[in-house]
Amino acid sequence: MGRSLKIVGGEVYDPANGVNGAVREICVQDGKIVESCTGAAEIIEARNLVVMPGGVDIHTHIASPAVNAARGFRPEDHRHGLMSKRPGIRSGVGFTVPSTFATGYLYTKMGYTTVMEAANAPIGVRHTHEELIDIPILDKGIYVLMGNNEFILKYLKAGEMEKVKRYVAWLIRSLKGYGIKLVNPGGVEQWKYGKDVESLDDKVYYFDVTPRQILKALSWANESLGLPHPIHLHANRLGIPNNYLTTLETMHALDGSRLHMAHIQFHSYGGENWGGFCSKAVEIAEYINAHPNVTTDIGQVVFGDATTITADGPWQYRLYKLSKNKWYNQDIEVETGCGIVPYVYREKNYVNAIQWAIGLELFLLIRDPWRVFLSTDHPNGGPFIFYPWIIKLLMDKTFRAEMLKRVHKRVLSDTTLPKLDREYTLSEIAIISRAGPARALGLQHKGHLGIGADADIAIYPKDDDREQMFEHPVCVIKDGETVLQEGEIVGSRDGKTLFVIPPEVGEMDPEFKTEFENYYTIEYENFPIDVEDIPNPEAIPAGAAR
Amino acid sequence: MAESVGVKEVKVIEGVTCPFCGVTCDDLVVHVENGKIKEVKNACVLGKDTFMHHLEGWATPRIQGKPATIDQCIDAAAEILAKAKYPLIYGLDSTELQAQRKSIELADLIGANIDHTSSVCHAPSLQAVQTVGISSCTVGEVKNRADLVIFWGCNPAEAHPRHPSRYSVTAKGLFTPKGKKDRMVIHVDVRPTPTARMADAFIQIKPNSDYEIFSALRALLKGHELDQAEVGGVAIDEWKTLLEKMKSSKFGILYWGMGLTMTRGKYLNIVALLTLTQELNRFTKFQAAPMRGHGNVVGMAQVLTWQTGFPFAVNMSRGYPRFNPGEYSVADLLAHGEVDAALILAADAIGNFPAKMAEHLRSIPMIAVDPKESETTKVATVVIPTAQAGIAAGGMAYRMDHIPLVMKKVVDSPYPSDREVLERIIAKVVAMKNGGNGAPVRAGGARG
Repeated sequence: MGRSLKIVGGEVYDPANGVNGAVREICVQDGKIVESCTGAAEIIEARNLVVMPGGVDIHTHIASPAVNAARGFRPEDHRHGLMSKRPGIRSGVGFTVPSTFATGYLYTKMGYTTVMEAANAPIGVRHTHEELIDIPILDKGIYVLMGNNEFILKYLKAGEMEKVKRYVAWLIRSLKGYGIKLVNPGGVEQWKYGKDVESLDDKVYYFDVTPRQILKALSWANESLGLPHPIHLHANRLGIPNNYLTTLETMHALDGSRLHMAHIQFHSYGGENWGGFCSKAVEIAEYINAHPNVTTDIGQVVFGDATTITADGPWQYRLYKLSKNKWYNQDIEVETGCGIVPYVYREKNYVNAIQWAIGLELFLLIRDPWRVFLSTDHPNGGPFIFYPWIIKLLMDKTFRAEMLKRVHKRVLSDTTLPKLDREYTLSEIAIISRAGPARALGLQHKGHLGIGADADIAIYPKDDDREQMFEHPVCVIKDGETVLQEGEIVGSRDGKTLFVIPPEVGEMDPEFKTEFENYYTIEYENFPIDVEDIPNPEAIPAGAAR
Repeated sequence: MAESVGVKEVKVIEGVTCPFCGVTCDDLVVHVENGKIKEVKNACVLGKDTFMHHLEGWATPRIQGKPATIDQCIDAAAEILAKAKYPLIYGLDSTELQAQRKSIELADLIGANIDHTSSVCHAPSLQAVQTVGISSCTVGEVKNRADLVIFWGCNPAEAHPRHPSRYSVTAKGLFTPKGKKDRMVIHVDVRPTPTARMADAFIQIKPNSDYEIFSALRALLKGHELDQAEVGGVAIDEWKTLLEKMKSSKFGILYWGMGLTMTRGKYLNIVALLTLTQELNRFTKFQAAPMRGHGNVVGMAQVLTWQTGFPFAVNMSRGYPRFNPGEYSVADLLAHGEVDAALILAADAIGNFPAKMAEHLRSIPMIAVDPKESETTKVATVVIPTAQAGIAAGGMAYRMDHIPLVMKKVVDSPYPSDREVLERIIAKVVAMKNGGNGAPVRAGGARG
């Protein structure tokens, strides 16, 4: 039998259950939140402390062949963040691309307990599962890249929508994935001959389908399979001036369907060129405010070192040319691409400063906190360890005003940020960093402290300096066990791998094996991953078709 | 019905992954009769030999040359490692991912230096990628798209025999339906090799001129004219012709081998090569990739990178990982006589290293974990035989383009797997560090 404990006297922020700072007792037994403990329970004194569900990150890059390539090619990043081994705790290094054990500990040290790895080429998912084994404490899920998959493009070209659906279900089931990710749909396939798509209606070479068709088909497949999370979209034209028009057109194309727009800060740019680079946060926020089918995470920029890692190969080539930094490119057969470029965001660089401001504008202008989530698109906008700093920016307008004095002055004239007075409440922070992402992911047992929820709990000190508060939880509990106390990891344990079981929609056609082996370089039978190969799997059933 | 004596138990195992090299063919068919491998289909001569001769030359468990049990060997190994002040863990290519994972855990535990055979092979390639990056792709992209393939300082015909037919020369793919007819293949090397026979053109260059040639090609690519009539023993006009072929290809790839990494210039040769191929992307799609892999050496670089942040030459003596090729790389640690104990796993260090390094290894307590006898096991203090990964032990191996594949266990072995041996050594060392009372280490609890 597992541990029983009672957290008493704490101010509880559990927005999913309508609890907003009331003093409540939280009872835990066998790793779950319960009404009351049946036997003697350990008491955790939380008087004058804030109790929240463990954090949930809906979009981060912490493990994949791409992330590991970034680690391997950035030894300079690993002279920071040295973590020594202790009994039961492994050593680690790293700042923007930390080693695996360090990644688990660093998230835990902010009170986060669940994270979603946001981009995985199917053929590399086996690698990702192996890396996840070495990311302790956290529960993790994997989004599978599909927006440039040549089988999907082929089926679309032939108008075979049922085949698209069956193939998507087969991929998720074979790989133990959590959801569908699209990155620059159509554009990455174009990159395989050195090109990109310019608009939603450009035709992809040879396959003759458009980004718009890909978006609609995968959204339809996702909804008709009843997957818990909507399609998770890195839209076309990331990072490019005036891309906000493509962003609006993309959201409009999927009007009425559930949609998660990833790192929308990188897609909210105006200006005809880099000289005229400006914010279109108002336009984007207005659209999202009027369309409840859309959720988004921000991809907030943090000043300092970043490593950009994305399947968006053509964008990374542009960034390599712009920044003249080193460039890693790995195109993946049949499926997708991958590019990595180190980058430094500077306060006095007007593009970087406006990017920073756009993220904050979006946070402050999107009114419904249940539809906007905290992310840096780690490590693309900066490392996740800066979430507490972002929380302070959102909760403290005086701190924002101080920052505005430091950054490039064009932020004052070219964005609405100086005029925005909104300050997030603790409850709203609990929504954007836990309750909201869990709901958007369809994780019913995460992101809240109601009866039956996983006992993933973060207890923070009350501190007017919100960065200090969220950087230094007093205690973190994962599955009912204390994993962090007084800032130190005290009980490393294995986290779970969350994966979705899609509904049965029929086997792949008999000729699929031949096609697979014609274009891939591995045997068809060697592609699927056995659930036995995943040490702590937790299956999440798909829901009804929408 | 009772089984009659003499009835053969026959198994045919399909989709078997070959553990020999970085081509990592996963289409082998292995016939097993009464627990012995009788036939291997689809494998090249190297892969076939690996399976067919796996019963030959087995190592035996022993301590200081005297027969011992596996248990005694594991105790002796743990004692050596727990006492060592500056140990080395090395080898790790011809094994599978889970054993590699455990070897790093052991290094973390005892504060060891950990390095693998990349260090004396493609480490300069890794350093070059750290310097400038790389424009690359998986082998399937080459199969489906490449219309120009250049093999430079490598010899796939002999070292990676099925690479040409599966991926790069005769392979047929989406935009290369005619295979070889849809591709131009060029071989560049200091002497003709069997690879030249499958190439449309062979360019023979002077030894140690690679850096100069890549630099000249970069200059020509940028539109500069060169004063010399020739570079690397080849006329400038011939280089101009090659460059035109590269620029006018739709999808080109340059594969390189140890002819570049282990000759004069080392990682700078690769930096020049990678910069050239990156810059070619202004004109067309151009990629480059190393011909990696004895065994699963790529897997070791992968797991070492995710656990420690660095791909080779890692030192844990301060309690956290540090990386410094030239200081923590195996050649330097041994040449400087710095390490005081060594665990050599799944590689023959003594057989491959220069005399001075081998001499230091002989002078310190050394543990050899290997399925087979080798020059290393002959002189090791402790020899622990294991089940051969990919044949008698399952696991995972990485292809040269970082794609992981499952390796199957096709026959049994009387010996434990590499992974199991390492797990038992770790448990023993942990017990010793806890005061020798064998109590399990407390997970995490002890702070400060």
